[in-house]
Amino acid sequence: MPFFTTLAILGGGYLLLIVALLVADVAYTTPGDFRHALAKPEIQSAIRLTLMTCTVSALMSLWVATPLGYSLSRFHFRGRWVIDLILDVPVVLPPLVFGLSLLILFHIPIAGTNLESLVQTGLGYRVTYQPIAVVLAQFSVACAFAVQTMRVAFDQIDPRAEMVALTLGCRRSQAFLRVVLPQAWRGVITAFTVAWARSLGEFGPILVFAGTTRMKTEVLSTSVYLELSVGDLEAAVAVSLLMVLAAMLVLGIVRLLGVERTR
Amino acid sequence: MIALRDVSIRSGSFVLSGIHLNVPTGQYAVLMGATGQGKTTILEAVCGLRSVIAGQVLIDHVDMTRWKPANRGIGYVPQDLALFPTMTVREHLEFALRLRRASRAVLHERVEELSHVLGIEALLPRGVQHLSGGEAQRVALGRALAFDPHVLLLDEPLAALDETTRHRLCDLLRSLQRSRGLTTLHVTHSRHEAQWLADCLFVMENRAVSERALTELASLAPQTESPGGGAAQR
Repeated sequence: MPFFTTLAILGGGYLLLIVALLVADVAYTTPGDFRHALAKPEIQSAIRLTLMTCTVSALMSLWVATPLGYSLSRFHFRGRWVIDLILDVPVVLPPLVFGLSLLILFHIPIAGTNLESLVQTGLGYRVTYQPIAVVLAQFSVACAFAVQTMRVAFDQIDPRAEMVALTLGCRRSQAFLRVVLPQAWRGVITAFTVAWARSLGEFGPILVFAGTTRMKTEVLSTSVYLELSVGDLEAAVAVSLLMVLAAMLVLGIVRLLGVERTR
Repeated sequence: MIALRDVSIRSGSFVLSGIHLNVPTGQYAVLMGATGQGKTTILEAVCGLRSVIAGQVLIDHVDMTRWKPANRGIGYVPQDLALFPTMTVREHLEFALRLRRASRAVLHERVEELSHVLGIEALLPRGVQHLSGGEAQRVALGRALAFDPHVLLLDEPLAALDETTRHRLCDLLRSLQRSRGLTTLHVTHSRHEAQWLADCLFVMENRAVSERALTELASLAPQTESPGGGAAQR
């Protein structure tokens, strides 16, 4: 079989599967189902919370992933493999287990109290089963993916330029901010996108750590679950399609911004 | 003045030790030697990018062995130029001056003067991605000279250029060095460049530096010369 035909069959088969899944969803639902789902106050609340929490957790991931990715890319020190190993945990661990671990972390007794009580005393609000738990659950997993992305981005930048910047009068931080970071903007956009998309798709840890209280901690991924559990398959499919649209919209906007920057 | 006194440098398993070198103030020194001897390592130790494990690095009689690269005030043009891909030519020339919080007037004046001397006025608004070899060399040189250093380090700056551009840049380097009284250390494989530029000559052999008379240039061992250069240096 000719080479290009083989490539087309293997690659095209997978593309076809994705398109078929989306087409099946679209065919199953009607504009009426869509309008009905969107009219529900619970779904509207879930949309708002989803957009907010995904954006916050993606920004938090970027804030952590940039320095961590840079450190792992540039500095070679003893015991670095331990950090690599720890960062692989959120990637390989089932997300549900991650949520369970968060729940245990916040409630395990520490010197007669626990982290949940400490946060409540110190900051004045609860975490578990609250909207902030949604962000924490999303961030815990999404950040690891953002770190990997930023690390690869920094690996691709020649360290010589920042060395020269040091001889021109830069402190390390100035060389990073003025020379390295502007070169890593593509990586920053990709890391944000990956973290946002990952947060959007997160379900297990949110279910366990934040719960599925309607109008409070319900996000779109849990909406699908809730609608399914009450037997409203049409609404579940409509919400699923809504997630696809939201993801495509955000990815499109971010990619567009990236293209504009290149011009 | 650039002086290395009994300097030892380690780079992984590569070690240079007992390095002595003295370039008097305002002199143009050329350092030659076969690939892999450690010429680039020496330049990096002088500008502070590689730490010295023993000995002293003196610049204008000040012991800068433990100083950070930013505080040494040394202009450095590496072999790969390492231009900043996201900046324009103008931003390269302004870079060191902005770090020193130069006023707008000073920025304008210095950029105008440097770009005129280097012949890159027309390139100022352009990015550095599509510059020719000679243009990129001039930008790297301008970036290193913008903050008016007393000492300039050049690592095979003309290796990848054609003959005509190489001659032009040799003339430019010589006139810049004389007009600014720069103490210059220039690493090269080219005997021709050394003849053209050097006030004093150093040769690296068996990982040791020795000063030679300029008259010895013609009789230098062939392995110290590698026209075209381009190979990665230690």
